[in-house]
Order: sequence, then structure tokens, then C-alpha cells
Amino acid sequence: MSDKDPKQPSRRDFIFLATGAFAAVGAASIAWPIVDQMNPDATALALSKIEVDISQLERGQAITVKWRGKPVFIRRRTEEEIQMASRVDIASLPDNNARNYNLSSDSSASDENRSLDENGEWLVMVGVCTHLGCVPKGQSLGDSKGDFGGWYCPCHGSHYDTAGRIRKGPAAKNLDIPAAEFINQNVIRIG
Amino acid sequence: MSKESTYIPKSGFSKWFDQRLPLPRMLHDNINAFPTPRNLNYWYTFGGILTFCLVTQIVTGIVLAMHYTADAGLAFASVEHIMRNVNYGWLIRYIHAVGASMFFLAVYVHIFRGLYYGSYKAPREILWILGVVIYLLMVITAFMGYVLPWGQMSFWGATVITNLFSVIPVVGTTITEWLWGGFAVDNATLKRFFSLHYLMPFMIFGVVILHIWSLHVTGNNNPVGVSVKEKQDTVPFAPYYTVKDAFSLVCFLILFAWFIFFNPNILGHTDNYIMADPLVTPAHIVPEWYLLPFYAILRAIPSKLGGVLVMGAAIAILFILPWLDTSKVRSATFRPLYKQFYWIFVVNCIALGYLGSQNPEGLFLVASRICTAYYFIHFLLVLPILGLVEKPKPIPESITKAVLEKMEIRNLKEKSAEA
Repeated sequence: MSDKDPKQPSRRDFIFLATGAFAAVGAASIAWPIVDQMNPDATALALSKIEVDISQLERGQAITVKWRGKPVFIRRRTEEEIQMASRVDIASLPDNNARNYNLSSDSSASDENRSLDENGEWLVMVGVCTHLGCVPKGQSLGDSKGDFGGWYCPCHGSHYDTAGRIRKGPAAKNLDIPAAEFINQNVIRIG
Repeated sequence: MSKESTYIPKSGFSKWFDQRLPLPRMLHDNINAFPTPRNLNYWYTFGGILTFCLVTQIVTGIVLAMHYTADAGLAFASVEHIMRNVNYGWLIRYIHAVGASMFFLAVYVHIFRGLYYGSYKAPREILWILGVVIYLLMVITAFMGYVLPWGQMSFWGATVITNLFSVIPVVGTTITEWLWGGFAVDNATLKRFFSLHYLMPFMIFGVVILHIWSLHVTGNNNPVGVSVKEKQDTVPFAPYYTVKDAFSLVCFLILFAWFIFFNPNILGHTDNYIMADPLVTPAHIVPEWYLLPFYAILRAIPSKLGGVLVMGAAIAILFILPWLDTSKVRSATFRPLYKQFYWIFVVNCIALGYLGSQNPEGLFLVASRICTAYYFIHFLLVLPILGLVEKPKPIPESITKAVLEKMEIRNLKEKSAEA
């Protein structure tokens, strides 16, 4: 490598590039901690499991519990509500994915895939509208339940059916189903 | 514009200082002696009013931060503490809260004045773009500030707006969780919003300096839209426009004071006096009045991703406005067709604001779709086509000629009235 041939890269070019590369790597290695400090911290990630006593719930009743800062809807459905949900043609749904964390990610949005138990009585969902994050109405008796008898989000008018599937409105996805299981007859563990 | 400095140091000290740091010279040339078109009307005083608003927000904000606590458990109570216990806390907080609305009122007048007189056209494109950047920063700052009292509207407004980022394909959820610092809007979110809300006014201040710098390179536009040609087209900024700006500011402050002392909460939402509850969404979530038109656009589009994109486009389109308007004539005074479309556009924007406050159902939804479509039609069809088909009225040779003509007409009218 000759320093005198102007067409050949010189040692100075090499030093220039190497310095630039080091400065760039150095800047990135400082930038990352500053960006990453905003991600959920250890307290937010730690022990995000809760256990809920559901022994007091009658059919047709629902409770809302807080999990990871979000509301979780637990509903013990009536026979009629189960019938309404299982009669629907899955192909006609806006979102035909189960969105169930407990199942594989390509499961269909059938009512069996949405409910927690085999009878389809128990429905456990994250009560956050998949549009822009409001809490849909439908948990209390006096609430508007929307056109499909399930939940209705008052913010931008999304309607969910009795299995928490999106049927009408701007939301694109069914309500999420979190990791959940029965520990015994009376207690559900979420997370 | 003349670039010759007219500063003459008066004392030995100012001469000594000028040779080391010509700051007084810079201020003299840019404030006192700055040549300004002689025909500016009161719509041109809003730049000064906006500077006043920015300083007001910074001063009251710094004071509020001395008493406010950025913690999800304490924030709401600390705002009530400011209202009830801190000496003059109620006044300072109301100035800050009403001040945000007044700031946006003034910026909208300023923007629509620019649209009417074609202030975005060559050679003022950069000046205009910097203005849009300031507006964008104002929107973000106001949004974050509204979250700080940690009321129901604070919390749910923050939830809805941060969720807009979840529509980004693949990385949407990662980004929203990064913004929140958790799995929902919570303490971490409040703390970072407070930090950034404190930072951003100073960023705005920086861009304002660039905005004024750019203004002082191109010079002011003016109501006839004709460029300054000779010295008699201009007057020095002081005292002519310092006095005019001051008078206008006093009138503006009367309105400001009326809100602060007689109706401080009318521009806010009562739900924000209920502490944030992550399990209960208020029946009717609305942003502050100044963001309603964009909210209407967001909800007019039936798809989530589409709504967010179109809302973003509604602001983004302002950046390319200087190249969408094909007409070389600046002022709407000499553009008979543009003048009419301008007012239709103003009414359309107000209509969008009204629709943003209503539930997106039935007729309201149809109307917001029509108004949203028209908003874009104005920029993408009306403005490019008008410049090609419109026949402008005769344009005055110079600013001075236009002013003298107006005076002559007035004199003639007075004489005929006397006779």
C-alpha cells in the first residue's frame, strides 16, 4: 500500500474510517441504555400472577380484577350467552383468531377456543378494547352491551359479542385472553 | 431587506462591549431598527402574542413544578394542594391551564392569517415549515401536560393517544410498552411525561428563535403580498410595531383574564377532577378543544391503522403546502376564487372541531367523513388547480402605492360625506 498513489486508500483514510466507526459504536453503546431505561422495569415484569376467588359468582355475573395495571374481565356465562356465541359462523368474523395466550397462535376464534373450561361457562379476558385501549362497557348489569349482547366500547363504538370477539366498529382484534388456569374449583390464576 | 447595521454605540463601555460581543447590536438591528412593511394589520400582531404565551407558560410551569409531585399516587392530590394551600397557587395553575388554550387560540389565528395572505409562499417556505414544527411540538407538549393532573381525562386521553402507536405493524406493541414503561399507562408513564413536558417548551423556544431568524432574513409578508421594494415601504419595528403589538396584546389579555377569573374551567372537562381509575373509562372521552378537529379525522376512518395515518397526514400535509399552492399571488385580497375557498376551508375546520366533540355515530359520522375528505381536497385539488385557472385582480405596484390609494379613497369618501 503506497501513501503516494492518490487513487489508493491511504493510511490516513484508514485511520479516519476507523475513528469514525469507533465513535459511532461508542455513541450507540451510550444511546441504548438511555433508550432501554424506558422499557418496563423489573418491578413491572416481576411476579405478574394473581389468584382470583370466583366461588361467589353466579351464572350471568361478572367481576373485573386488575392484572398488570389492566382490567381483566371474568364472566360466568349463561346458557343463552354460550349458545349465542357458538352459533356464529367463524368465517364471518372480522378476526377469526382465538387471541388466546393458552393456545397456539393460529387457533380459530371458535367459542370453545375462547372459554376457559370445557362447558364454556367461564370467560377470562383482558378488558381493554383492541382499538385504542378503553375499557368496554358490559360488566355491570345496567351497562350497554352493544349490538351482540357482549361488550360495547363507548370511546369509538366497537361491539364485542358474548365470547369477546369483535363484531362491529373500528377495533380489528378480539379481546385478548391472558394466560389463565383453574387452580381448583374456586380459584383462577391469571398470568 | 437592508443588512447594513445601524447600531451606533453611545458610551465608551458599549463600544468596548460591542467589539467583544455584539449582542446589543444584534438586538438593535433585529428589534429596534428592523424594517417592517408599513401596512401590517392587527392579524400580524399574533407573533408577538405567541411569544408572550410561550414565556407565560414557561414561567408559570416552572413555578407549578415547585409544588407538583409526579407520582401516580400523589399527583392528583398535589394539584389540589396547589389549588387550596399554595399561596396564589389557584391563580398560577389557572394561568397555566387557560394559557394553554389561549396559546392554541393565538396559534390558530396566526396559522390562518398565514394561509389567507399566502405567507408560506416563496421565499418563506422554511419560515412556514419551522412554524409547523413549532405547532407540532406544541401539540405534544399540551398532550403531555394534560396528563399530569392524573384525572380521568388525563389517564384515558393518555391511553387512547399512546395506543395510536400500537397500529404500527410488527413493533407496535413493543413501542407502546416502551412509551408506557409497563403494560398500561401507569406511574412510569406519568414520570416520563412530566420530564418531557418540562423539556419541550425549551425546544419550542429554540425553534422559535430559528423561526424569527428566518423571518428576519426574508422579511415580513404583508396584507397586499407585494414584496418590499424601497425604503418608504417600511417603517422601523420600534416604535411603530412595538406599540401596535402591545395594544393587541392588552386586548388579548382582557380575554385571557376573563377566562382566568370568571370561567377558568369552561375550556376543560369536569371528569378531570375525578382521580384516574384504570378500571373505569369515562362514558365520553374527548381531547381538549384545540385538538378536536384531528380527533374527528381519526374517528372518521373506519380502520384503526387508516385513521392514525390520515390524522398524521392532516398535519404532515401542512409541511408541503408551499408546493401545493401553484398560484404566484400571495394575498387572498387579489385572488377572488381562493378567497371563497379559504372561508369554506375555515368553516370546514370549525365543523371538524364540532364533530370531534360528538359521538361518531349516524349523521355525525357521515358529516365527519365528508369534512375529512374536504380537508384533503382543499390541499390536494383546490389549491393546485386554483393557481392554474384563477384570474387574479390587478396587483399594486408597491406597498406604498397600495397604502396611498387606500388613503385617497378614504379622503374622497370623507369629502363627499362633508358635501
